[in-house]
Amino acid sequence: MTRVGHLLKARETGILLALVIVVAATTIKNPAFLFSTDGWRDLLLTPAILMLVAVGQAIVIITRSVDLSVGSVVGLSAYLTGRTFIDLPGLPWPTVFLIGLVFGGLLGLVNGALVAFAKVPALVITLGTLYIYRGINVMWTGSDRINASDMPKEFLALGTSSLLGIPYLTIIAVVVLVAAGWYMYTQRAGRELYAIGSDPAAAHLYGLKVTQRVLAAFVVCGALAGLAGVLYAARYGTVNSQAGSGWELDAVGAAVIGGVAIFGGSGTVWGAAIGAYLLLTINRALPVIGVQDFWQRAVVGVLILGAIVLDRVLAVRQSRRLTEARNS
Amino acid sequence: MSDTPEQTDAPAPAVLELSRIAKAFGAVVALTNGTLRLERGSIHALVGENGAGKSTLVKIVAGLYQRDAGEFTLDGASVDFTSTAQAKDAGIAVIYQEPTLFPDLSVTENIFMGRQPRGALGVIDRRAMKAEALALFERLGVRIDPDRPTLGLSIADQQILEIAKAISLDAKVLIMDEPTAALSGVEVERLFAVARGLRDEGRAILFISHRFDEVFALCDTVTVMRDGAYISTSPISDTTVPEIVRQMVGRDVTTLFPKTEVPIGDVVLEVRGLTQPGVFSDVSFVARSGEIVALAGLVGAGRSEIARAVFGVDPYASGTVTVDGRPIAKRSPSAAMVAGIALVPEDRRQQGLVLDSSVARNATLAIRRTLARLGLITNAAENGSARIWASRLEVKTAALDTEVGTLSGGNQQKVVLAKWLATDPKVLFVDEPTRGIDVGTKAEVHRLLSELAGQGLAIVMISSELPEVLGMADRVLVVHEGRITADIPRAEATAESVMFAATHAEGEAA
Repeated sequence: MTRVGHLLKARETGILLALVIVVAATTIKNPAFLFSTDGWRDLLLTPAILMLVAVGQAIVIITRSVDLSVGSVVGLSAYLTGRTFIDLPGLPWPTVFLIGLVFGGLLGLVNGALVAFAKVPALVITLGTLYIYRGINVMWTGSDRINASDMPKEFLALGTSSLLGIPYLTIIAVVVLVAAGWYMYTQRAGRELYAIGSDPAAAHLYGLKVTQRVLAAFVVCGALAGLAGVLYAARYGTVNSQAGSGWELDAVGAAVIGGVAIFGGSGTVWGAAIGAYLLLTINRALPVIGVQDFWQRAVVGVLILGAIVLDRVLAVRQSRRLTEARNS
Repeated sequence: MSDTPEQTDAPAPAVLELSRIAKAFGAVVALTNGTLRLERGSIHALVGENGAGKSTLVKIVAGLYQRDAGEFTLDGASVDFTSTAQAKDAGIAVIYQEPTLFPDLSVTENIFMGRQPRGALGVIDRRAMKAEALALFERLGVRIDPDRPTLGLSIADQQILEIAKAISLDAKVLIMDEPTAALSGVEVERLFAVARGLRDEGRAILFISHRFDEVFALCDTVTVMRDGAYISTSPISDTTVPEIVRQMVGRDVTTLFPKTEVPIGDVVLEVRGLTQPGVFSDVSFVARSGEIVALAGLVGAGRSEIARAVFGVDPYASGTVTVDGRPIAKRSPSAAMVAGIALVPEDRRQQGLVLDSSVARNATLAIRRTLARLGLITNAAENGSARIWASRLEVKTAALDTEVGTLSGGNQQKVVLAKWLATDPKVLFVDEPTRGIDVGTKAEVHRLLSELAGQGLAIVMISSELPEVLGMADRVLVVHEGRITADIPRAEATAESVMFAATHAEGEAA
């Protein structure tokens, strides 16, 4: 098959097409959705933070695990970021930026270590850490909250300003996405993550470093959620104890919509990123089109189920085709 | 070869040497004396019955299991592998019995996973990788699209992929655990040519196979194992098939599994033209009252699948199943049960028993509906029914409320049998009834099956153990690649005739 043929058949292309249709339809209804400074900015900006979390989530799902604690990690690192600015006022903002990232990575390490060594399914472990991390957050924050005035201007600018009409946040998210996509496709370790998710027992027989790789996937996922937390603080300026709450499901949903198989082994971070864009853009588009608030969550649900059904149909068709190819 | 100068009469150091390796899994002893010596430039056959400990030995060499006792040296140096990666790094490549592939990934990636050729920045050189894969396929003389996912590959192609993988490792020791089970004649010849090429390069090859013609055609040395222990090693030119078989079995085959002669009655089960594309095709056979019919054949030939389809667990595309002349709805285990079919599955721990439940609960699992009064089952009813069967089958258990998981393998098997016999079946399918059971209990299970046949049950027994098949069956149906290739009456069934039909493609079998 030609390169173009592959590209047209790729799962990611379908999701991208859906995104384009949503944007186009909404823009026809209300041109300001795309053709206004705010509209353009929101379109690029809103999904950028979730995209980071979805990329991390996709990496973990590809190894046949899942990380439900990412929402709590986002919240905790967002609060840590604000707190650091208040408690250590002399610290330059890039250092604080890095602290949030490393902190998220450490929380991911805790998840990964529990999953890799306790031999308990990630679903259960990270459900536990979801509550634990959030609990720590609530305990630490109390009824307090971080306000924009607590943080330096240059840092807040990161969340709201643009370069050549493209928000910094979007640029960061895309850079991370490209790096992750490149790594997953071209590096041995990246391919081994796919292998582990495709058949963990076979990966073990191959002599792949299964424990180490799964651990690394969780660390990366945590670090990206940590980064998302830092950017959350920069973007919204206000952080209370519930920041990022519920994001884990959006992240899983984005990955699934983007064609990442929930049982691991296939899908790409590109798909997950586009899935995140589609998810949040639909959320913004529905009110414009005139769909009631009430139905918006349901539409997201339909989208997720649709994606799963589509995957299933494609898988069955592919399996049949491959079997026929061998018999002929 | 880089031989150091040595006296010609001193034995060359073995590439790999195992001596008195022992390995147990809990109470089950898999190996008591694993002994093997592989030489450079030699193809060494390892033969033995199912359960003789060959695969366990291989897995110890591969670093998958750790030995409990014994010596393991590579080039004279003692080694202790704790992972498959270490064994791989030491130059040991293994082709396992079951293909171990990543279904989502491409054929090429499957071959090179973990050691892909890389360019600048560690970027995988996909072009070089594909070229290498094509070169490997060229060498093996096969055509497989290197870009397709391995999902949906035939078993033969999967096996070839495993071989390609092992060859590409460039290992000094290559172990092949029944690599030819799913291959056609041409593919086997190609594999042999490659194996001989590797031998001439000075590598050591261990070849595990049940097919004696292949062992004699390919290997120069043969080691026989039995019941987890080393029996003998001899040059292939100094031995014969009957000699090897005698050492493998170590006992007189026909007297060990006595099936008492009972009058054979009417046809109970009739299967006609059962077909499920890609799994089995045009399977027809009958089983009569009082008769034990064995489904023999190699692992993976489709025997269990046929049984599961007849019982209604798996689908089939066409064909009919009748019991006492009445057709049975497909895909309905409950219809099959009502009609009088019972299936004792191969994997009793997963499919036959609820391990955490009591003996009584398990033994009455299949008749809970008839046991219940107004939907409730009393302990008394449960125990009453269970007691009958436990005593008839002589289940050795402390009490009926003992957890089944704590019983020995043989007694677990009896509980599964009790469960199905309680349904008062007319046809009993038993899938590998004595797998993982010690020799003494085996005989008991056989006596039991024989008795049941005497009571007029039609028994269809799937077994990979040749002595069991020959000793127990009134008729041997041989399944090869999803087809019944031979129907051999008891009088004519010999190890050779059954093995021949099981290993040879259509048309040749008697």
